[in-house]
Amino acid sequence: MTATLPEAHADAPEPPDRRTGELTARELGRWGWRQLTSMRTALVLLLLLALAAIPGSVIPQEGVDSLKTSRWQAQHPDLTPIYDRLGLFSVYDSAWFAAIYMLLMISLVGCIIPRLLVYWRALRAQPPAAPRHLSRLPVHVYYKTDEAPGEVLARAAAVLKERGYRLRVSTGSTAGESWVAAERGYLREAGNLLFHLAVVVVLMGFATGGLFGYKGGVIVPVGTGFTNNPTQYDDLDPGSLFDADAMEPFRFTLDRFDIDWIDSGPRQGMARGFNAHLTYYEDLDAPAKTYDLRVNHPLSIGGTQVFLIGHGYAPVITVRDGNGDLVYGGPTPFLPEDAGFRSFGVVKVPDARPQPIGLEGLFFPTYLEVNGDPVNVMGEAKNPTISMLAYTGDLGMDDGDGQSIYELDKSKLTQLKKADGSMFRVDLQPGMTVDLPNGAGTVTFEGVTEWTRLQISRTPGMHVTLGGVVLALIGLLLSLFIRPRRVWVRADVSEGGVTHVDVGGLDRSTAGDVEAEVSQVVAGLRQFDEQAHGPAQPGLAPEKENS
Amino acid sequence: MTNQAWETLSNQAVAAAGVVYFLSLLSYLVQWASLRHVPGYVPVERTTSSRVAVGAGAPAAPQEPPAAEAPSYRAEMTGRLGLLLLALACALHLVSLVGRGMAADPNRVPWGNMYEFTLAGTFVVAAMFLLTRRRLGLAWAAPLVVAIVLTLLMVAVIWLYDPVAPLTEALNSYWLVIHVVSAIIATGTFTLGGLCSVLYLVKERRPDTRVGFLSRVPQPPALDRAAYRLHAFAFPVWTFAVLITGPIWAHQAWSSYWNWDPKEVWAFITWVVYAAYLHARATAGWRGRNAAYLALLGVATLWFNFIGINYFSTNTQHGYASISQPGVTPSGRLAK
Ligand code: HEM
Repeated sequence: MTATLPEAHADAPEPPDRRTGELTARELGRWGWRQLTSMRTALVLLLLLALAAIPGSVIPQEGVDSLKTSRWQAQHPDLTPIYDRLGLFSVYDSAWFAAIYMLLMISLVGCIIPRLLVYWRALRAQPPAAPRHLSRLPVHVYYKTDEAPGEVLARAAAVLKERGYRLRVSTGSTAGESWVAAERGYLREAGNLLFHLAVVVVLMGFATGGLFGYKGGVIVPVGTGFTNNPTQYDDLDPGSLFDADAMEPFRFTLDRFDIDWIDSGPRQGMARGFNAHLTYYEDLDAPAKTYDLRVNHPLSIGGTQVFLIGHGYAPVITVRDGNGDLVYGGPTPFLPEDAGFRSFGVVKVPDARPQPIGLEGLFFPTYLEVNGDPVNVMGEAKNPTISMLAYTGDLGMDDGDGQSIYELDKSKLTQLKKADGSMFRVDLQPGMTVDLPNGAGTVTFEGVTEWTRLQISRTPGMHVTLGGVVLALIGLLLSLFIRPRRVWVRADVSEGGVTHVDVGGLDRSTAGDVEAEVSQVVAGLRQFDEQAHGPAQPGLAPEKENS
Repeated sequence: MTNQAWETLSNQAVAAAGVVYFLSLLSYLVQWASLRHVPGYVPVERTTSSRVAVGAGAPAAPQEPPAAEAPSYRAEMTGRLGLLLLALACALHLVSLVGRGMAADPNRVPWGNMYEFTLAGTFVVAAMFLLTRRRLGLAWAAPLVVAIVLTLLMVAVIWLYDPVAPLTEALNSYWLVIHVVSAIIATGTFTLGGLCSVLYLVKERRPDTRVGFLSRVPQPPALDRAAYRLHAFAFPVWTFAVLITGPIWAHQAWSSYWNWDPKEVWAFITWVVYAAYLHARATAGWRGRNAAYLALLGVATLWFNFIGINYFSTNTQHGYASISQPGVTPSGRLAK
């Protein structure tokens, strides 16, 4: 079954000077359009779409994990420029991916519109007349009876009506003119059309979100706050038509963060029950409200939502420089490296005198020394310890190209050593202070707090998408489970006064299973004369036929 | 009962189910062997349109293969025994699932990791088979189904086993229940459908085989129809799982309803391939064999997503495979 329009132009008069085999541009256009909107093209485009989606699951994607992508790019300097040109780092935004789904959409619309018209006409049309030879139908049953054809057909009409069929009755007097035609299952095509239209709706909703929405992440240590504007984000991924002025002007502070650590059983050491207690203000002069932000329970403010997606430790570190001035202080987020929350972090003190100071190293929530090696026992902070190396020199922060606050550029730094040249480490537990060598300053580990990573996003069109998918599902169910069927009953009198009854059935869906239906119709027809003439034949009579 | 007791019960039930599945397989194999030569076999007419007798008690299931004229007593008994054992094994299988759920504290649905997902998925295959074997005329497929279930169950017990543990926080949502249960049902049903398509392809080549298992398999049109029905059931369920509940859950847990995460990408690929399958069935020149190939491609993407992505891809947020992940993960740590 192809869903293209009947060829309306087939008998258009040909231009006189036309040579055979030559297509006019117009015809070529029509031909192209027919190809594009054919079922086969849809099929091929669908397969292409599936194929085109694969690279994005193998190659790291910028929009999904930018850190991973940049690492991959650093490791593959040869491939990167080529991949970049091909858009392989953002497959789902690439021109070629878009080309496939746009073609599919055009094909879809071009396919649906004519089918809508056809359906509209079919809805108001009567069931088609009974074919001459019912025995040629996939399912055909034949029997004889003493009842008059009129009686049989009246009963047929009643039986079929009860089964939900739309009827058309012909009571002609000549042979072969008395029949009942019946059709049902019109909703199948409606469901199919609804499904395909809904696919377009889904795509529009999806595109709206991608173009006008944004998604950003920020790490917020306990006790600090956040105001919703682009400068406050650690990373922000806006859609191409996103307007920063449309961002909701809310702000919040993170008052407290709770975790349950599981201390027994197979997942000992795992954390759960994350709960970030927020105080938030919906806009500048809104009253304060509170919210317990948990995983799977985002906070919605207008069209924007705030999600809790990560957490970690932020040691509170204070640095005084060689002059004894307080040059650095406060919670410093460290990034977890493993499930036990051993974390990596960096402290940059550009204002220290005589020289800027940089620290880099690890935080152990529960530190233990085993055979001289530092070991982290668990994620819960039972024995918090930092162990860092110290550097002085140019931190490279003025180079302009934004530097990660979680990485130390050591190219112009010198590592500090003890006076005797041996290894120097800042190994501290809460409350302890250490002097840096060479009078560079002092470092104090005041204590430890926690940070949460919040994802903040606005996805306009989300409900359109959801509505579209739900409609698509409804359409799909109608389309797959409603059986469009036609049944015809024909009754003719033969010379002996016996009535020949032919019942034929046609299943118009691809599942094709109409035998049961026809047999039930026949059972309904013959409820009174079963004994009289014995069983019905899977009838080839009266027109003998073999197939 | 204590959690420990529930867990033990679950493990024992799995073991028992495995043994009973095996016994069921054995008796089906005996049945099979005793039917190696189908006596008095007459090839059924091989037309796509099935003419069928109605009226006086015509057989309701034309797909049923032409059974031996007088099926030997042994074949009949072993067949029945196989079915009985299969049903028993399926019940034990259910017990093991319930046990897993009850063993966790707090109680939860038993599909929190690969082991449990496989346990539940194979249960659906077996249960779906029991439920549909008459309606779709699938009785002949019993030995294959049992063999598949048994194999997957063994893989689960040997390689995927995980002790009962609470769910990671992101998995702890009622959307998980709906999402995963529909994914499992769809996976099980697609797998059965794929089985029908394989047999369709095999049988299509040698429709007149008179010996062995193949002779008991229905004719290609019936297989094609059974495959279609299974796919038609599974496709909307899959749509519901990956395009409705999945995104809703992802939205709640990770803030974006569609993130092109590898797991999502492959679920989408699977969906598109099955959409292509349904199209193929309605396209002249593609229905039949090509459609069956597409169905197989669909099963391949489906299982690749479940197994392959979990093991080979490190950048998926769907951390079924990794037990040791922190409950929530920091991602995209770059500060600009
Ligand atoms: C985004 C692209 C498309 C998707 C995801 C899609 C999906 C589907 C699905 C799942 C079905 C089977 C369920 C049903 O019968 O309703 C189907 C059927 C159908 N599709 Fe599409 N389709 C797409 C594009 C198209 C296009 C471009 C055409 C026009 C050529 C088309 C024509 C049809 C027709 C005629 C059927 C009915 C087949 C039958 O009678 O069984 N589809 N489509």
